[in-house]
Amino acid sequence: MSTAAAVKKPKISVPFDYSKYLRKGKLPHIWCPGCGHGIVLKSLLRAIEKSGLSKDDICMVSGIGCSSRTPGYVDFNTLHTLHGRALSYATGVKLAKPEMKVIVVTGDGDALAIGGNHFIHTCRRNIDMTILVYSNAIYGMTGGQFSPTTPSGSYSTTSRYGNIEPVFDCCELAKASGATFVARGTAYHVQELERIILESLKHKGTSVVEILDSCPVYYGRLNKMKSASQMMELIEKNGTVSVKQVDKLPPEKVQGKLLRGILHKEDRPEYCEEYQKLIDRVSGK
Amino acid sequence: MTEAAKKLPRIVIQEKLCKGCSICVDFCPTNVLEMRGPVVAVKNLEACTRCQLCDLRCPDFAIQVFD
Ligand SMILES: Cc1ncc(C[n+]2csc(CCOP(=O)(O)OP(=O)(O)O)c2C)c(N)n1
Ligand code: SF4
Ligand code: SF4
Ligand code: SF4
Repeated sequence: MSTAAAVKKPKISVPFDYSKYLRKGKLPHIWCPGCGHGIVLKSLLRAIEKSGLSKDDICMVSGIGCSSRTPGYVDFNTLHTLHGRALSYATGVKLAKPEMKVIVVTGDGDALAIGGNHFIHTCRRNIDMTILVYSNAIYGMTGGQFSPTTPSGSYSTTSRYGNIEPVFDCCELAKASGATFVARGTAYHVQELERIILESLKHKGTSVVEILDSCPVYYGRLNKMKSASQMMELIEKNGTVSVKQVDKLPPEKVQGKLLRGILHKEDRPEYCEEYQKLIDRVSGK
Repeated sequence: MTEAAKKLPRIVIQEKLCKGCSICVDFCPTNVLEMRGPVVAVKNLEACTRCQLCDLRCPDFAIQVFD
């Protein structure tokens, strides 16, 4: 990453002009009415503007899924790869071009089910990249099958009588696997999400941000939520508490809720740097 | 400043991009917007505080509020 670019503070226009980061003529996007993925994308673009990164410094990599369609809309270097394999491609890009800011956008299914193995080992290596997990508790693209984040008891096209599986906590999994920046945001808390993504972009090492967003068409409809707004209210607004408030709240207001904010941050040797050291050592530099 | 002289914001809706999800309507703190058929429309511009939340939460790049 170019550190010189990271300190520059650009003036942000109100309303924000997204068009400079979007490929021309691609809107409207394919996402359904009320799908949270567009809200997440907008928070990401504002965070990128604040980071001072230039478009050419960024490589956005995705797998397959509705969320993984994101790179098709943005004017960065982009790679739309295989289901579950975004992190492997991203690792290749980062090793070949360590100066590149690599941002991975991935669904909960893409990252944690088929891509779960790549997810834990990417975190373990602490390779410098930002991984945004668009966590809508469902496989959106393929018609609403349950994923590792579908809450127990809730409905999907493959759990018609209620899901009997326990969930993965994406953030705990990332932390336990060795990610050095772990955070959670939501599409409802848009400004907070922008700040969290900005911090994740500044971090050196593997940054994982789980973003709760909604698939009104499958998860919402199958779980009797009437609208995208109702889902945002129930899951994102009322289903989470900020790490900054959690100590001040009575236990009953915290119970059963997911924490939002930066949940873990540490410094640990970064993979590309260690790899370069190895090259230097072996080649006698 | 008198009421008449009060400068109103300008809310620009791109009807071709609006998918009618109603998120902006439901979360506007001062109830400025409404659904009119399949797309959003402004119903009470005077109440707009320029908070930008409608734009920030619109998934479709369809609404903007200019000062
Ligand atoms: C190897 C392989 N297996 C299965 C699929 C089918 N498939 C496409 S997208 C998808 C799941 C997408 O869900 P998620 O990653 O949660 O993203 P969302 O669509 O919800 O944003 C699946 C199973 C595929 N494309 N490739
Ligand atoms: S199917 Fe769900 S995740 Fe996919 S675009 Fe539609 S609402 Fe979004
Ligand atoms: S700027 Fe704020 S007050 Fe004005 S319409 Fe949008 S959400 Fe409502
Ligand atoms: S949030 Fe956007 S797409 Fe949804 S109704 Fe409002 S302007 Fe239209």
